[in-house]
Amino acid sequence: MSILREELGKTLLELGRTHKNVVVITGDLGKSTGVSAFEAFPERYFNLGISEQDMIGTAAGLASAGKIPIVSTYAIFLAGRAWEQIRNSVARDLLSVKMIATHSGISPSADGSSHQCFEDIALMRAIPGMTVVVPADLSEMRHTVQAAIDMTGPFYVRLGRGEIADIFEDEDDFEIGKGRQISAGPDVGIIASGPLVREAIEAEVRLRKEGINASVLDLHTVKPADSKTIIDVARETGGIVTAEDHNILGGLGSAIAELVSAQYPVPIEMVGIRDRFGESGDLRELMEIHKLTAPHIVEAAKSVMNRRGKTAGIVESQDS
Amino acid sequence: MVFVRSSTQNGLSAGLEFSRDQLQTLTEIAQQVRRDIVAMISSARSGHLGPSLSCVEILVSLYFDRMNHKPEDPTWAKRDRLVLCKGHAAPALYATLARAGYFDHENLPTLRKAGSILQGHPARGTPGVDVSTGSLGQGLSIANGMALAARLDGSDFRTYALSGDGECDEGQMWEAAMSASHLGLSNVTLVVDRNGVQSDDITERVKKKEPLDAKWRSFGWQVLEIDGHNFMQIHHSFDVAEWTTDRPTVIIARTVKGKGISFLEGDANSHNASFSEEDLDWALEDLRYS
Repeated sequence: MSILREELGKTLLELGRTHKNVVVITGDLGKSTGVSAFEAFPERYFNLGISEQDMIGTAAGLASAGKIPIVSTYAIFLAGRAWEQIRNSVARDLLSVKMIATHSGISPSADGSSHQCFEDIALMRAIPGMTVVVPADLSEMRHTVQAAIDMTGPFYVRLGRGEIADIFEDEDDFEIGKGRQISAGPDVGIIASGPLVREAIEAEVRLRKEGINASVLDLHTVKPADSKTIIDVARETGGIVTAEDHNILGGLGSAIAELVSAQYPVPIEMVGIRDRFGESGDLRELMEIHKLTAPHIVEAAKSVMNRRGKTAGIVESQDS
Repeated sequence: MVFVRSSTQNGLSAGLEFSRDQLQTLTEIAQQVRRDIVAMISSARSGHLGPSLSCVEILVSLYFDRMNHKPEDPTWAKRDRLVLCKGHAAPALYATLARAGYFDHENLPTLRKAGSILQGHPARGTPGVDVSTGSLGQGLSIANGMALAARLDGSDFRTYALSGDGECDEGQMWEAAMSASHLGLSNVTLVVDRNGVQSDDITERVKKKEPLDAKWRSFGWQVLEIDGHNFMQIHHSFDVAEWTTDRPTVIIARTVKGKGISFLEGDANSHNASFSEEDLDWALEDLRYS
């Protein structure tokens, strides 16, 4: 496992060398996010202080004049506090502002609920023209940041904190907007993003030991969602579990439910934060408390398999 | 006689480069722009009349007496930029842009109508509009970003921003003010349209802005205070802003909301009044004599 902050710093440093139009802006969290590595290019690095709205507006101005600003701070402050600026100053004009949100989901752990952002995917998805990507591991992070620079328009990359998983090889196929099939099994589909991809992989192994063969799909790009692959999974498995480090309202699960209900309705169980705020604790402990781990994905998978073919009946709420 | 108060220690030379002819021309353009604004808002049956009328001289001065720009080439890289922070004054901007030749005058009556290039608040894509605005408090940050791009490219284009005084309620304005000062963005010039009235009431009854000059000064800006309807003062304040290279300049332009129409001037209700046919005739008649 690698340290996200260091790897992000390295990635940006490489980009800074090859792309002279890239500038980096942070809100006094350069060290924490790792983007302060870009201080190697002092004239292109701006710490605008604890002013997220100003950061986004300034990025919009830079982008309007031909620069490619990367704006980075914690997800709750970036997508939360500056949401309206993103929507009004950046997105309406399809400006090429690239937002790298760190410390998303439950990853701030000990910092507690003020910092644990379970809403940013919902917020960003609702903005027209926004590309929303949740890298599952180090190589996806690197590919995504590169893709963000290469593509035009507003872009939101959602990262965590601390260690970042190592699942894929750099050379493996990666394409923005294309779901990444990790395993193909006919019994149930598991579609996951970010830190829950690793949990989904573990869940697949556990399920296989019980004779259940699951498809696992890493849907790194939540918007635009790869509807073809998602519907293929729905068709092939007949039941889907979604798994995200985010509120079950409005995030990955919702995106999939929107598509599936419209095109190929199958039962869906959502693993994620059950519309509540977080709390302080150790990361692993919190993931258990909030049912974000492999055993919970396994449980959800079995539950959704039981619901297949049943169009009526009361399904018990899993809320605790 | 030039009357420009400033917080800088440097003396001001009251240059006499601003001629009587120039003054006459600009005054006539402003008059025409006011007529266009009234007609446009009437045609749209909605729009912000008072705040559009108060900043006419400022916009006319920018487009006809100050900015380096090419109406026939709106994306010319070296152009000076304007960010209309107070986006609801769009009718004033559109009337000025039309006069300057950015688009055909015939577009003006289409304001706020579906499919129009003249959206209710400025939209990028309308010739002459660099960024979409409309949500208050956001424009100064954007102006700072443009100014930073100029610096990075070694380009000497200037970025102007025009905000309202009510707009100074917004926290982001002050974030941007601190940034501009900290970064020494002397290539940003902000004009605050100090017409003393905001949407619900006069500014000092909503949230005291005064001492507004002291606030900006304490944030590290050079502060100039002028009569925002006086072309000579506007001209000279822009000169001073250009000569000042160590900090950004804010020009607090004292204006009258609804300026140009006697029965609207200073009226707290003129924020988004619009007109009946009768009122329109009366207003246009009034403009003939002001």
